Amino acid sequence: MDHPGQLVQYVLTGLSNGAIYALIGFGFAIIHNATGILNFAQGEFVMLGGMFTIFILSFLNLPLIPAIMLAIIFSTLVGILFERLAIRPLKNVKPLSLVIITIGASIFIRGAAMLIWGKDTHALPAFSGSNPLYVYGATIMPQHLWIFGITIMIIIANKLFFSYSILGKAMRACAYNAHAASLVGIDVKIMVLLSFMVSSAIGSMAGIIIAPLTMTSYDVGIMLGIKGFCAVIIGGMSSGLGTVLGGLLLGLLESLGAGYISASYKDAIAFIILLLILFIRPEGLFKQKATQRV
Amino acid sequence: MIKEKRQILIFTLFALIVLLAPLFLKGSYFLNVLVFIGINTLLAVALNLLLGYAGQISLGHAAFFGLGAYVSGILTTRFPVDPWMALLAAALCAALLAFVIGFPILKLKGHYLAMATLGFGIIMYIFFNETVDLTGGPSGLSGIPNLRLGQLIFDNDRNNYYLVWVITLGVMLLSINLSQSRIGRALRAINDSEVAARVMGVNARILKVQIFTISAFVSAIAGSLYAHTMTFISPTSFGFNFSVELLTMIIIGGLGSMYGSFLGAAILTMLPEFLRVFRDFDIVIYGLMLILITMFMPKGLIGGLEALFKIVINKIKGGAQNVKR
Amino acid sequence: MLSVEGITQIFGGLTALEDVSFSVTPRSITGIIGPNGAGKTTLFNIVTGLYTQTEGKVYLGEKNISFFAPETLAGLGLVRTFQNVELFGQMSVLENVMVGLHTKSKSGIFSCAFKLPGQIREEKTVREKAYRWLEFTGLVDEADIAACNLPFGKGRLLEISRAMAVEPQIILMDEPAAGLNSRETAGLAELIRKIQDLGITIVLVEHDMELVMDVCESIVVLNLGKKLAHGTPREIQEDKAVIAAYLGED
Repeated sequence: MDHPGQLVQYVLTGLSNGAIYALIGFGFAIIHNATGILNFAQGEFVMLGGMFTIFILSFLNLPLIPAIMLAIIFSTLVGILFERLAIRPLKNVKPLSLVIITIGASIFIRGAAMLIWGKDTHALPAFSGSNPLYVYGATIMPQHLWIFGITIMIIIANKLFFSYSILGKAMRACAYNAHAASLVGIDVKIMVLLSFMVSSAIGSMAGIIIAPLTMTSYDVGIMLGIKGFCAVIIGGMSSGLGTVLGGLLLGLLESLGAGYISASYKDAIAFIILLLILFIRPEGLFKQKATQRV
Repeated sequence: MIKEKRQILIFTLFALIVLLAPLFLKGSYFLNVLVFIGINTLLAVALNLLLGYAGQISLGHAAFFGLGAYVSGILTTRFPVDPWMALLAAALCAALLAFVIGFPILKLKGHYLAMATLGFGIIMYIFFNETVDLTGGPSGLSGIPNLRLGQLIFDNDRNNYYLVWVITLGVMLLSINLSQSRIGRALRAINDSEVAARVMGVNARILKVQIFTISAFVSAIAGSLYAHTMTFISPTSFGFNFSVELLTMIIIGGLGSMYGSFLGAAILTMLPEFLRVFRDFDIVIYGLMLILITMFMPKGLIGGLEALFKIVINKIKGGAQNVKR
Repeated sequence: MLSVEGITQIFGGLTALEDVSFSVTPRSITGIIGPNGAGKTTLFNIVTGLYTQTEGKVYLGEKNISFFAPETLAGLGLVRTFQNVELFGQMSVLENVMVGLHTKSKSGIFSCAFKLPGQIREEKTVREKAYRWLEFTGLVDEADIAACNLPFGKGRLLEISRAMAVEPQIILMDEPAAGLNSRETAGLAELIRKIQDLGITIVLVEHDMELVMDVCESIVVLNLGKKLAHGTPREIQEDKAVIAAYLGED
């Protein structure tokens, strides 16, 4: 061990990446719970968030905050289009077709992003400067604090929305039993659309807050998407605490693994964890085993 | 019985056209493209056995292709192993790996299976990239020897064409046979309703692992052929994008159809070859094709052609009857 | 022939079946009836190995078949049909029945791929046998139609032909008359008796009381996961607890 600050640094990096994974995982869970679809294009909304912000900043010369808001709106619009054009027209399709359609959407969005913005890597300026703070010998960028702050805010807002608002409760009702929900007057179609909106908005937010630290390009979506999926699988497909813990756990393991074992296998760690969880406990680490009714 | 005879006729025609094509094609550029179409057809057939017949998705099939290429490449460049033995070793290696991971991975269904195979594919890709001592890492592995049969060396496009296509046609024939048999029916039954298939006595778990293993075996043969005809391999050919490309081939061509595999492989191999403009557009087009074909043409182009053919036949028959009256 | 002993099934705290025991005599027709949610289909799913019961045992003859997989049970001659008709929709009617003959044939992947002589011979007998089962239910004319294009009533018949192809000792039918018109139901009653004449034991879950009282020799009544009564149709019709349960529900 070189110096104690290093460990703190790894933990810090791990936690901030983990927070991002958790947010992306939320996106998966929200759509999955409302529709039963696993949206393979989830990672692309993360990419869109960062890329739209950079594009708006440089072409429209807007200040940062309005640019971010506009970027989230744009990404959400893409989410709406996706749901309206590729998901809603489908009737009685097999899960396999949905996998293929969302994969198709994913590479379509990625390809379009490449054509529009090119293959270069872009950097988003940090939200509040880049003068680092020093804690126990570790360097904290102000952006790390933004990540933690915004993640906590989204987690709380998410919890409030699904527990207390009428819309959130209606979405949960659909997740539980779409037919029964429609009988009590909930418009299931609207709820599905809403789930795509919320999850593309959260995904793009994640992409925006991480972009100043890790840079972004047209193809970051796939890796971030799968890691978010890993987080939500650990958390048992919930948009709650389980997924937050899953994301943080994944982020920590990845960053410690990269630091102390091998940086080149950093990505492999996430995928090995993903496979292990799917093989051994596909219902997640924190959930009680329940017999599924056929 | 009539159906069976028609199938034999169609296959014989297809095989004849394929085997005679080089006599009419001048210039080795076309032959070169056709060699690649052959290798991609072999891969598409392998994936179709798994996805088209048994209904089990794999987003990591490029990994078996890569494993085949690397095992063959490493054995022949770093050890004094005969290329044919290397090809066999590569296929067995991939089959063994598929058999071992098949049991846990094929327990998963639908979305989860897709994610798990995707994860597996990326792990293998990272492995190809990072084990530099073995694979040469990102800069690749070169100097892989050609296959040879006695005096015949497979080092030019014409010879490679026959090498690849004889194997591909053979695998296509075996796959068609399989589809019209007890095992093929059991696989298609699993695809339609796994629960009902099991109640009828089909051991779905074992059968899925078997077909996954065979699919990996064939994919690795394709990988080995690729390595020995190209003589150079690098990880970029075996990444996630190529897995998606394979998926696109069989979706476009038609799930469960071996001729569809050929059609899909031919289209996806030629698009970027003939239209240089497509270089950067290709993934946008693949994405769009995946969505549109799944939505509007679930049986792919082959299914569409068959439907069109039937309409025409019925029109002609109907016309003939009218004349008789 | 078939007996269940103390079957209990709990789904995440909810008790679907509680200590259910009864047995079925060989070559008999037994009906399982009860109001919705009584646990009839759950019981079928346990017996056929699709669910794992929380407690209890299932016997086929002398053999303890608790926790056997569905495919193993098919090999032992226990087969079922489904409430919602689970056909292989993309396959032809004939092929559906040929899948039923899976356990009666044994060519492996290699002999199938290489079309070895043994496989060709076996394929021929499988095809002939499958035609015979289509004749049995009267579906020969539909042999080459894709199963998903069959009208509902004929789909039910196909499911029965497919199950018969397994050459079962015992067949479990989950609501075979649901969705059938009265003429089709009459045909079904006849078919059920024809199956019994082949020496096969039949258990059916059914809501159509007329059919149940007509064909069944013995009836088990389930209510709220518990066995309420077991007897002949006459005994059941006069049973006070059964009447109360049915009237109470209405």
